[in-house]
Amino acid sequence: MSSASQLAESRAPFDPAAPAAGTEETCGHPNSVRATARIRATYNGRVTTLPQLRSDGPFHLRRMRTSGKAARVGIIGAMSAPLGGDRLALDITAEDRAELDVTTAAATLALRGPTTAPATYDVRLTAEEHARLRWLPQPLISAADSNLHQTYTVKLAASSRLLLREEQILGRANEKPGHLVSRIRVHHAGRPLLDQHTAYGDPAPGWDGPAILHGHRAVGQLLVVAPELDVRRAPVLLREGTKDGCAVLAPLAGGPALLATAVAPTPSALRELLDEALRHALGE
Amino acid sequence: MSRAALLLLADGRFPAGGHAHSGGVEAAVAHKAVHDIETLEAFCRGRLHTTGLTTAGLAAATAAGCDPLMLDDAADARTPVPALRAVARRLGRQMMRAARATFPSAELDRLAAERPQGAHQPIVQGLAVRSAGLTPQEAASAAAYETVGGPATAAVRLLSLDPLDASRLLARLSTETDAVAAAAADAAARVATEGLDALPSASSPLLDITAEQHAAWTVRLFAS
Amino acid sequence: MHLDHPVPMPHRHTYSAEPQRADGSPRAFRVGLGGPVGSGKTASVAALCRTLRDELSLAVVTNDIYTREDAEFLLREAVLPPERITAVETGACPHTAIRDDISANLEAVEHFDETLDPLDLVLIESGGDNLTATFSKGLVDMQIFVIDVSSGDDIPRKGGPGITTSDLLVVNKTDLAPHVGADLATMAADAKRQRGDLPVIFTSLTSDDGIREITDWVTGHLSQWRAKAAV
Repeated sequence: MSSASQLAESRAPFDPAAPAAGTEETCGHPNSVRATARIRATYNGRVTTLPQLRSDGPFHLRRMRTSGKAARVGIIGAMSAPLGGDRLALDITAEDRAELDVTTAAATLALRGPTTAPATYDVRLTAEEHARLRWLPQPLISAADSNLHQTYTVKLAASSRLLLREEQILGRANEKPGHLVSRIRVHHAGRPLLDQHTAYGDPAPGWDGPAILHGHRAVGQLLVVAPELDVRRAPVLLREGTKDGCAVLAPLAGGPALLATAVAPTPSALRELLDEALRHALGE
Repeated sequence: MSRAALLLLADGRFPAGGHAHSGGVEAAVAHKAVHDIETLEAFCRGRLHTTGLTTAGLAAATAAGCDPLMLDDAADARTPVPALRAVARRLGRQMMRAARATFPSAELDRLAAERPQGAHQPIVQGLAVRSAGLTPQEAASAAAYETVGGPATAAVRLLSLDPLDASRLLARLSTETDAVAAAAADAAARVATEGLDALPSASSPLLDITAEQHAAWTVRLFAS
Repeated sequence: MHLDHPVPMPHRHTYSAEPQRADGSPRAFRVGLGGPVGSGKTASVAALCRTLRDELSLAVVTNDIYTREDAEFLLREAVLPPERITAVETGACPHTAIRDDISANLEAVEHFDETLDPLDLVLIESGGDNLTATFSKGLVDMQIFVIDVSSGDDIPRKGGPGITTSDLLVVNKTDLAPHVGADLATMAADAKRQRGDLPVIFTSLTSDDGIREITDWVTGHLSQWRAKAAV
């Protein structure tokens, strides 16, 4: 996308003299990016089509080949983002009966930008009646000195289906993580299903202590919502100790939904736990 | 507005079932994540800023007069594992019994009738504070303090720690506890204009995972 | 939607050991059994269940130090069906759960009152604790304190609330008295001095009919309590 490449070129190179932490920066830096990419999927009675596929800023959207009636979109990073001060949003809607899979081609790397102001990254997922939406991005990596506020706002119709995976990696190899704050809010049939807020990396209090991460650097969730899910089942515990990572898969209270929560020392251990949780969730 | 009423409600000896719960510290001790006063302090700090902030917000909003049934749903959405939901509702029933005996009110009676299996504990606690004529800020303080006082007391029993060290730890955390309570009360005050999303939903992955692990143990000292 | 609690249950609420449930219907008679570790509390509960289960509808609440150990024993021994045995967790302080903060035990007995109808008698066993542990009157109607001769024949003389105020003092393992050098006459005299007219039963629960006197005491008080509650 040309707009994306122009923005990428306009990015100032990293400037060590940029404002230090604590500098008042309530709105974006002049070089920061504001971008909202949109995907709208509809069902035409035969297959899912994509009447709206709007790339913006760092989000280059690419329609991918599928064999079935679902549509598949890959998000390709067109520039390094999010950096401090960026305002990024993804708006993804699967309309009635549409089936939409969305992935990212590579991990999303949150870096320190020209400013220490937080970047925001808002993902809005909507699944209408009988729609099926799968959001399976690559991990989000919080690099040293980055500052990112991520939100998920998920609205699900009563008969819709959702598969959502979120993986957060705190720091690249042997690096202190940045500050990563996220909130996920899910409404199902108009009622609150899940509302969680996490804050990792300094200055979040207690984040690395025994009550929150206890040294783990990979944390993730898998949310499965489907009207036919049997949620009366007992929770599944994956790995009893905590040292090599562990997870729980359990039903939520407010609807036909299972949530897996996992912590692990490494990204690969985290993915293994979430894959195992998914097999349990699907009853395999 | 009786200061003594707040002290009564926040007292660990208030007969509302809290003594049998460790707030996750029994599981943390078993995993060797908490083994001395320093690691206990780190545990308490983490719990204060996650569970503590969230429950204090719910308690304050209830004390401010928000609909307790909507808040009970909000508490469910903020409690993703069944073990902790069951504990919250059981402690809510126990708190309801004590609250109706000490500060009876029509609001408590109504919630007891509408949630016979128990509402989430912070909702009942907030309503008890309201019935005692106290403020949302005071509800938040009681809830926030309890999230660190409970584990600290339990750890003294589990690890035979010096109780003076544990008290010193709680004293060290008191400024942070006040700050969490103030943030929770501020959020509760915003519910009127912003809706329930204004309430904190701070959470911790390990507290959720280890609570389910603990619930599956056959031998344990504490109920949670 | 509350999937955790699919079956709404009728509301009930009790502040203390009133003879009726909140809706006015009768509740079960509640007897607490306390005493030091190893004195025979769980053996007494098991024996009471075996002798009374054919004539009365029974349930048991245990207050273990470590969850469920005593409950598991009773389940293994199959003295009652599993739905009639439950364990209350006590946070390493079993005396707190029966005396200072009885809410978890009240939850347990009221759950039995609701789910087991009719229900005549609930036995509440304390965790093996010490000589100072007694049951709150808000929880039980009567309490039995169980000690044994092998722990020392000076226990009655030492006193403590369990020895002096329990409705029934049981001195168990009398068959061991000659082997441990315990003087039963001294124990009886000390108990009399501590308890005045309150009853004491010397028995050996391992003997064939060792529970009979205790059973009679329980059923006698159950009848009296019912007569009084009916007035």
